Amino acid sequence: MSEMRTPLSRVRGLGSAKKGTEHFWLQRVTALANIPLAVFFVSAMVAHAGADYVTVTAFLSRPIVALVMLLLIISMVWHMRLGLQVVIEDYIHGHMAKLLALILNTFFALAVGTSSVLAILKLTLA
Amino acid sequence: MSDTSDKTVNREIHQRPLSPHIQIYRWTLTMFLSILHRATGVALYAGTLLLVWWLMAAATGPEAFAVFQGVAGSWIGRLVLFGYTWALFHHMFGGIKHFIWDTGAGFELSAVEWISRGATVIPILLTLISWVLAYKFMGAF
Repeated sequence: MSEMRTPLSRVRGLGSAKKGTEHFWLQRVTALANIPLAVFFVSAMVAHAGADYVTVTAFLSRPIVALVMLLLIISMVWHMRLGLQVVIEDYIHGHMAKLLALILNTFFALAVGTSSVLAILKLTLA
Repeated sequence: MSDTSDKTVNREIHQRPLSPHIQIYRWTLTMFLSILHRATGVALYAGTLLLVWWLMAAATGPEAFAVFQGVAGSWIGRLVLFGYTWALFHHMFGGIKHFIWDTGAGFELSAVEWISRGATVIPILLTLISWVLAYKFMGAF
């Protein structure tokens, strides 16, 4: 079958979906970023277990904390959208149902991402 | 394609041996972890709503934050957060396991088994340590 491909298609290496290894690669890059970011997040949650409103908002409004939280949100939301996309493609076979699920996946990830970013910005810029 | 050949094709499809699925194979740790990696990923996806709620509540004000704390601090809230902590660590170490395999290393059967055991046990330990520390910070002991 390989001789059916044109030399141009082979050198581009993008495959039938025209995306090449972009999905796989971004999944891994965001996964790598998520490791230190999630460790920071869990540590921060543990250290603030049961903490009151003033303590938590003071912590979240610190620029360095807000920055890391923003990075966490962006990387995490990106990663989870890529991940659920694969789950949808594996289990939902109807064309329209699959299309709808993929769109809802994007909407959900964007809604979670923008709401979180807005909240962090409000806390840190207030 | 004529009707006759369509029927031939259909009969051939029905007579094909089916590929064995998970109920046929002997369960292995790697299979179990593969399923669990996806399940924890989906759970973490849904759980981001809690993170959004927490951040929005903190950004909104003391009353909204108190509502979140009331729910998160209840026994069912703590159970969900405990599960979330474990899912996060489990998915993280599942990912690290895949990073090792992505490099082409660790595919000897004994290595596969030991990596899988590590990816099962370490997240459980880290979850327990995190919660012991969290209760310590809350002044439980």
